[in-house]
Amino acid sequence: MRRRSLALLTCVVLTILCAGSAQAPSSLVNKPAPAFVRSDLGGRQMELNSYRGKVVLLNFWATWCAPCQIELPRFEAWQKRYAAEGLQVLAVSMDDEDAPVRRTVRRLHLDFPVVMGDAKLAEAYGGVLGLPITFLIDRNGIVVARIKGETDLHKLESRVKALVTQ
Amino acid sequence: MNSLAKCIVFVLFVGLTTGTQAQFSSPASAPLSASTVPQAQLMQPAELVKLLKAAGTAQAVVFQVGSFVMFQQAHIPNAGFTGPTSQQNGLILLKKFAAPLKKDQLIVIYCGCCPWGRCPNIGPAYKQLRDLGFTNVKALYLANNFGDDWVSKGYPVERGE
Repeated sequence: MRRRSLALLTCVVLTILCAGSAQAPSSLVNKPAPAFVRSDLGGRQMELNSYRGKVVLLNFWATWCAPCQIELPRFEAWQKRYAAEGLQVLAVSMDDEDAPVRRTVRRLHLDFPVVMGDAKLAEAYGGVLGLPITFLIDRNGIVVARIKGETDLHKLESRVKALVTQ
Repeated sequence: MNSLAKCIVFVLFVGLTTGTQAQFSSPASAPLSASTVPQAQLMQPAELVKLLKAAGTAQAVVFQVGSFVMFQQAHIPNAGFTGPTSQQNGLILLKKFAAPLKKDQLIVIYCGCCPWGRCPNIGPAYKQLRDLGFTNVKALYLANNFGDDWVSKGYPVERGE
């Protein structure tokens, strides 16, 4: 019995270690999300701090990033599903030009604000040297998670749900 | 098989499937996958570091074939920037930059925008160089991305344009 429990514990610990290996620790977690102001694709001013009081899912993506194309429609669905509970999805495109971004936004029917990123904004968020990267920011503007690379969207939705119902 | 052994097998399975998820599920519309580059033409990051230390860039011509925003944040010293070669403009610039080079010149291309099997830029860049007759083209194998597999390892980088 004892041996079986030990085996189970080992299994759980190793599984967590393996599954978590795709997500590097970030110095931004548990710290205030770096503020920024940008114009969205429609020319409207988007200021991160104006979403204080909402849970923000901040996603860095690009049109040439295949996993991003899978995530974005899901984020759009979550935006609709959890808007009443206070979720706000914001997307930062790391494309070099906005034309392909506009096309993708139209093709995927994205309604949430999309802004163009740059090296300065990327560096403020700890460097964006691989996509996608998503930050979950709580209602107080604190980064609670940094999810790097292709991720399990069911798990991510659970985290979003947990945050909006807190 | 005792339960500990079963658990280890399970954990290895979870770890492997998590790690390889990105490499086996490219959408049909995706550009030529990086997986099309022959294994023998891949260069490991440590190998390129050694080469750069030994010979600077005299022996290898390095091109970053991905995003400019990423290039600005960090890139391999002296690497040329072509722009994303999944797009026509990137391929045009790559052709232009490669034109003066000898056909047997060692050319190393890298991107690191996305996990290897998801990178849309390496496959088209490699194919273009081969089609142009370059015989010594290597693709830098960045399993996850440039941040994880190069910058985080402390390998040399330059910032800016």
